[in-house]
Amino acid sequence: MFLEISNLRKTFGTYTAVQHFDMKIDRGEFISFLGPSGCGKTTTLRMVAGFETPTEGMIRIGNRDITGLRPNQRKIGMVFQSYALFPNMTVADNVAFGLKVARRPGAEIAQRVEEMLKLIGLPQLGDRYPFQLSGGQQQRVALARALAPKPQVLLLDEPLSALDAKIRVSLREEIRAVQRELGITTIYVTHDQEEALSMSDRIVVMNEGRVEQIGTPFEIYNLPRTRFVASFVGTLNILQARVLDGPAGRVAVDDQEIVVATGLSGATTGETCSLALRPEAIRIDQPAPGGNRLQGSIEEVSFLGSVVRVRVRFDRNSVSIDTFNNPGITLPERGRPVTISFARDDLVVLQQAPG
Amino acid sequence: MTQADEVVPLPTLTARPRMSMPSWAWLGTAPFFLFALLFLILPTAYLLVGAFQDVEGHFTLENLANLSQPSIVSAYRISLQVSAASALGGAVVGSLLASAVVFGGLPRWIRPTVVTFSGVASNFAGIPLAFAFLATLGRAGLVTTLLITVFDFNIYSAGFNLLSFWGLVITYLYFQIPLMVLILLPALEGLKREWREASEILGASRWQYWSWVAFPIIWPSLLGSTLLLFANAFGAIATAYGLTGSSLNIVPILLYAQIRGDVLHNPNLGYALALGMVVITGLSNLAYMVLRRRSERWMR
Amino acid sequence: MNRSRLGAWLSFAIGALYFLVPLIATMEFAMRIRRGQYTFDAFQIVLTDARFQATFTYSTLVALATIAVGTLLVVPTAYWVRLRLPHLRPVVEFITLLPLVIPAIVIVFGYLRMYNSSSLVPLTDTDLGTDILLTFGYATLALPYMYRSVDAGLQAIDIHTLTEAAENLGARWPTILFRIILPNIRVAVLSGALLTFAIVIGEFTLASLLNRPAFGPYLQLIGANRAYEPAALAIIAFAITWACMGLIQLFARQTQTAPAR
Repeated sequence: MFLEISNLRKTFGTYTAVQHFDMKIDRGEFISFLGPSGCGKTTTLRMVAGFETPTEGMIRIGNRDITGLRPNQRKIGMVFQSYALFPNMTVADNVAFGLKVARRPGAEIAQRVEEMLKLIGLPQLGDRYPFQLSGGQQQRVALARALAPKPQVLLLDEPLSALDAKIRVSLREEIRAVQRELGITTIYVTHDQEEALSMSDRIVVMNEGRVEQIGTPFEIYNLPRTRFVASFVGTLNILQARVLDGPAGRVAVDDQEIVVATGLSGATTGETCSLALRPEAIRIDQPAPGGNRLQGSIEEVSFLGSVVRVRVRFDRNSVSIDTFNNPGITLPERGRPVTISFARDDLVVLQQAPG
Repeated sequence: MTQADEVVPLPTLTARPRMSMPSWAWLGTAPFFLFALLFLILPTAYLLVGAFQDVEGHFTLENLANLSQPSIVSAYRISLQVSAASALGGAVVGSLLASAVVFGGLPRWIRPTVVTFSGVASNFAGIPLAFAFLATLGRAGLVTTLLITVFDFNIYSAGFNLLSFWGLVITYLYFQIPLMVLILLPALEGLKREWREASEILGASRWQYWSWVAFPIIWPSLLGSTLLLFANAFGAIATAYGLTGSSLNIVPILLYAQIRGDVLHNPNLGYALALGMVVITGLSNLAYMVLRRRSERWMR
Repeated sequence: MNRSRLGAWLSFAIGALYFLVPLIATMEFAMRIRRGQYTFDAFQIVLTDARFQATFTYSTLVALATIAVGTLLVVPTAYWVRLRLPHLRPVVEFITLLPLVIPAIVIVFGYLRMYNSSSLVPLTDTDLGTDILLTFGYATLALPYMYRSVDAGLQAIDIHTLTEAAENLGARWPTILFRIILPNIRVAVLSGALLTFAIVIGEFTLASLLNRPAFGPYLQLIGANRAYEPAALAIIAFAITWACMGLIQLFARQTQTAPAR
């Protein structure tokens, strides 16, 4: 365990931005803080950086308690959403800044700058000024600048939000590659679930100052623990069901009975519960033995290119199903009655509050 | 560039006479250019050309040479000194005030109050301002009498006089400082918070941030606005006139007396005076614009 | 952090003192006119002075004329430059900056030489001619502020789309300018007008050298001859300037709270 955040809490007057943040991060891990605007992810990051003082809690790097240290004493690198390159300095001077502050000898600085520029793939641009660079180039320089003084931890605050979609994809792969090569512990804040899923070793999903779930991308996507995580990450169908037999996992969705493989321990009969079901787990008109079945009618068909999205309505519940486009088969028509099926263990029981 | 260029004309509407549009535009701006020509450019040019002519209209450099008269040289010297002193004073105090508003962590209502008041104060120049300072620091002024009654200190017997060089400078500061604040506030606010944070996380102290990042970014604005203040003071006359009548020998007052009564006994010399003024204010403003363009390039 | 906040408060306090004390002193001086007591008699004397009323009225009328001239010149120009003649923009902006560079005294000197009795357009021969000259002179002095204000206002509304829409509906340019563009930049024009008013009311140099019975020369006359009344006049002048600026802020804030979408 390298970076430990314990019991972190931040209030601004009566408003609680971060409620109870607790996490242990290993050396070299790539962690994402994922959540909507205002969920507290940036505030938590800024507390690690030292720009906000925690109301309660502690942050340790290695064996050192850094909670009381000023940002310039923490040996942490940070990349900002707006790049924040110093406009009066060239690219080389920007990258050299941290080393110059640390009073490293000139030859060492020059060599390190060259090294970093090569690492980010812009060895020729040392003499340019930030206003002469594109957004993507500026962000890479910002990364080089943050990494040049060999920090212990790297923090990135939504670094790709200000960039075009195409550049975002290529740049995030570059960032991950650089991080892997250097093996530096990294925290990455984003509201884009695709970024978080594709880049991270573990993801922290946050909402309204609370940690909803911490897990690997696989766990977050396939085994969401709360309704918020399920709906925020990927598209998910949520069924409101009435419990018939908790331990046996029998529930009724709009008066049709299905079975939940994991069972619902502790649920009383008649209670309502929320079940999550991924669109890709559902089949139309292809009943599988031993699986769940629901009868409904087709409400809407959307042709999205490679994917056809079909919405099937039961009574109060409805599900969205994604199937691959197949030119050989005609699209189903609206209003047609249909049976959908899915396995018993495809259903995930959602908790109202984080576990 | 505009969407208009890509619009396909709708077939159902009557064809608009697109050809006449450009000529409408030229016609629309013609009054403006005519006005500028008649009431700004030509009158000034008339004077500037006249500075190089003698009474009969022949080309001569004699007027410029005559500027070296002791009274005129003295007028320019005092003008330059008053302008420089009030510009520097306004720059220093204005910077401190603007910094206090932007970085001082003061309550949010301070900024709009300061901006409004600065707008008013910078326009308060002229005769009323002279009256206000007479009522404050004049022989019978409030501050003068307060200092006598409370501290037993008579500034006039200590050598101060409002109707003098320093009195004028102090009075000029009343509109110079607000002008500096108005120009500097947006410039200081342009210093992005992220630059400060980025430098801090890279290990820099506050001092290092200011000397390596913030000051290099902001000095063109500082210098440029000081030059603007300088030009502003150099061309001002009403305040000085209200304060000292025509007794203080500064260039605008000299020119005023010359226009009124040809005190120099040579009308073309008046043109040369005007030329000198325009050259000085013109150069200052030019430098200001160059510096501003430079700093704007970085702030993108 | 606390040390810098103390410094900030100190700077603010000293600044406030420097700017408020002269106003307080002026007010106090004006009220000292009757020995031994504070009265507003100085104000009363000033406001009932026939010359005050005459010169103030004169200056107000000239100000209104200047505002009209300024608006009619600036609004179409700024509009056309933005819409059709963007390459003229640097030229126009340079012209609008000239009055800030060339001192007013130089400008009026030029007028006196160019438009005196022996020239083609002897404006200074007649009172009306001189009044016209004064108005155009003030329009020149106010040009930078008027243009900046109107230009900012035009930038805030999408004039390209508005014009296109109006043209599609069959409007010709006078209609577009006066019934569509102008109402939408009301606040900007008003700000420019108020600034112009503030400039014209107290202006001294042009009025004095052109020998017009304006408020500025009247102020100077009173200052040369009286003791307490000038202070009252200064307070009145300050109040007028403050009213103009305050109104500008008020109108600006109104547009922010009531977006016209």
